[in-house]
Amino acid sequence: MAPSEPPTFWENVRSLRRNLLRALVRHGAPTSDRARSQAVFGNVFLHVHAAKVHPSSLRPTATWGLGVSLVSQLILLTVTGVLLMVYYMPSTELAYDSMKDLHFIVPSGRMIRNVHRWASHLMVFFVLLHMMRVFYTASYKKPREFNWLIGMMLLVLTLALAFTGYILPWDQLAYWALTIAANIAASPNELAHALGLPQGFHVGTLQKELLLGSTEPGQHSLIRFYTLHCVFLPLLTGMAMAAHLWRIRKDGGLARPEGTPTPAGKGAASTSPPGQEAHQAPGKTYGLMCVVADQSPHTGQDPDETVPSWPYLLRAELLVFMVTMLVCVALGYLFDAPLREAANPAVPENPAKAPWYFLGLQELVSYSAFLGGFGIPVLAVIGLGLIPLLDREPEPGGVWFSGGAGRREAFWAALFGAVAAVLAVAVPVNFGWLRNWFPGVPQLAIILVNPGSLLTVAYMAWSLAAMRRTRSTRMGAIALFTCSMVGFAILTYVGTFLRGPNWDFFWSESQWPGH
Amino acid sequence: MSAGQRMSSGRVSRRDYLGLAGTGSAAAAILFSTAGMLRLPKPRVLPDVSSLVSLGKAARFAPGTVTMLPQQKVCVVAGAEGIGAISLVCTHLGCVVNRNEQGFDCPCHGSRFGPAGELVQGPAPRALPWLAVSQAPDGTLLVDAAKQVRPQTWYKASS
Repeated sequence: MAPSEPPTFWENVRSLRRNLLRALVRHGAPTSDRARSQAVFGNVFLHVHAAKVHPSSLRPTATWGLGVSLVSQLILLTVTGVLLMVYYMPSTELAYDSMKDLHFIVPSGRMIRNVHRWASHLMVFFVLLHMMRVFYTASYKKPREFNWLIGMMLLVLTLALAFTGYILPWDQLAYWALTIAANIAASPNELAHALGLPQGFHVGTLQKELLLGSTEPGQHSLIRFYTLHCVFLPLLTGMAMAAHLWRIRKDGGLARPEGTPTPAGKGAASTSPPGQEAHQAPGKTYGLMCVVADQSPHTGQDPDETVPSWPYLLRAELLVFMVTMLVCVALGYLFDAPLREAANPAVPENPAKAPWYFLGLQELVSYSAFLGGFGIPVLAVIGLGLIPLLDREPEPGGVWFSGGAGRREAFWAALFGAVAAVLAVAVPVNFGWLRNWFPGVPQLAIILVNPGSLLTVAYMAWSLAAMRRTRSTRMGAIALFTCSMVGFAILTYVGTFLRGPNWDFFWSESQWPGH
Repeated sequence: MSAGQRMSSGRVSRRDYLGLAGTGSAAAAILFSTAGMLRLPKPRVLPDVSSLVSLGKAARFAPGTVTMLPQQKVCVVAGAEGIGAISLVCTHLGCVVNRNEQGFDCPCHGSRFGPAGELVQGPAPRALPWLAVSQAPDGTLLVDAAKQVRPQTWYKASS
C-alpha cells in the first residue's frame, strides 16, 4: 500500500476544529469503560488513580474519605493562599494593616481569609484523624512502611505550615508565638546549661538565630516565615504529597481485609500464588498492568473484581471535595478568622495561648521548656515513625483495630491514658511540683522528672506490659498509640479550656480574675 | 559485561573510570554548593538594635522606688546603695513578666519570681537576671540588656 499524501495546509485549516478537539480529548468521548479507563491513565492529573479500583476501597467506612479531604483542603488552601498574597505585605509595619484591609476593604477578602484559616485548622485536625485511621486499620504494614514515613513528614509539614501561617498577621498572637517558639528552639541550651556544658554546646542559640534571623522577633523573622509559608513549605508539601499518593498505588492500593479478592495481586502478594514475570505475561490481556516490572495477576483473580475508577472513584472524590468545601465555606461564613491587637513587644497577652493544636504542647512546655517543647515532640515523631518497623506482624490491614482483641486493648489503653493524663495535670495543680517542695532543686531534676516526662514513661510502661501480656507487637502498638492520642486530647482540652491568666488552673473562663 | 563483573574484575575500564569520575565530581559539586547555600541563613552580623537602653536621668528614680519599664523590658529598683536593674524577660520562654505585690508573674506559662527576681515557682530554669547599669557623660542612665551582673549589684549614679 502506497503511503498516502500528507494533508495540505488548506485541508488542515478545514479540519482544524476536529483535530483540536482530538488533541485535547485524545481518547474519544468517555462513553465506554475502555475510553474512560484510557482517559484515567492517559491524563497526567487523573493517572494518580488506578484505572480500576476495588469496591472495598470505596466503602465510606474503609477510609472515611480523610485522605481525599486532605487533598481537597490543600487545594482550597493553595487557591485562597495565592489570593491572599495579592494584598498581604510581609513587613512588620504593614502586615497588620493589610490584614485589616483584607477584612474590611477587599471584596470577598474577608471570606477568603476565613476559608483559608478554617481549611488550615481542618487540615491539622484531619491529618491527625487520617493518621489514626491508617494506624487503627493496620495500613502501615509491609509494604507500606515507607508511605507511613512520608505521612509523618506530611504531619510535621502541616504543623509547620499552620505555625508559619499564624505568624504572618503580626498581631499579638503572632509576636508572642514567635517569641516562645524561638526560645523553644533555643531550649536545648537549658539542658546544656543544667549539665554545665561550655558555650560551644549551646546549639539552641544557633537554632534561635536561624529561625529569627536576629536575636529578637522583627522584620528579619517575618520575611523568613513568609518565605517558608508561601514557597518553601508548600513546595515540600506538594512533593511529599505526590510521593504519598504515588506510593498508595505502588503498594497495591488501599489495604484490604483478608478475603476480599485482589485485582492486581499486589496488595495480598503473600496470599496469592506466584504469578508470571511481567515480561512473560500475555501482552494483550494484561498490557495495562505490565507497564511495571513485577508479578502479574494470575488468571483466576482477574481485574473483573474491580470497578472502573471513572465514574465510581472520581464521583466519590468529587463528593468529598464538595463536602470539604461546603464545610470550609460555611465555617468561614459563620465565624471570622481572629485577629488580635497589633503586635506589642512590651506586653504579652494574658493568657498567651497558641491555637488549639499546640495547647497540649503548651501544657507540657509549662512543666519544662526543653522536655515539653523539644524532647517529647521529637520523641513522639520518632516513635510514630518507628511503628511500622517495630511492629512487623504480617497482616493485610483494612480491619479496624485488627478485630475484637485490638478493640479491647484500645479501650483499656484509652482508659489508662485518660486517668494518667488527668493525674499529670491534677497533681501539680493541687500539690505543686518539685520546686514548691524543694526550693533550690537543680534544673536537671525538673527537666527529667516532671508531669510530662512521667506521663511519657507511664504510657511506655503500660504498652510494654500490654505487649508482654498479649505477646503481640501490634497490641503493644495499639496500646501506646491510643494512650498517646488520648493524652494529647486531654492536655489539649486542659490547655484550651482550663487554663487562664498566668497559666493558672480555672474550671471556667467566668472565674478568671478581671483585668 | 554485567555490572557485577565490572565491579569485581579489579580493573576499571576507561569508560567506567570516566563515568565514575563524572558522577563523583557532579556529586561533589552539588554537595559543596548545597553546603555553601546552607550558610546563607546565618549572617556574619545580626541585624540587632543596640542592647543598651536609655532610662533617662538618674533623678527620675528616687531611693525606695520600684519603676516598671516594660518598653525597655527592665524593672528599675532604687535603694539606699544605688540603682539596680532587673530584666523583665522570663528565663523560660522570653515573655515579659508582670509585677505584683509578691514579685513577678509570667503570663505565658506561670513562672513566678520574688521581688529581687529570685526563682519561686514554675518552669523557668533561672532567676530573672540583674543587668549592668552605667551612665553616659551627660548623666543619662543606661542599662545593658546583654550584660548580666550578680543580683543586688547597685550602681551609684552621679547626678
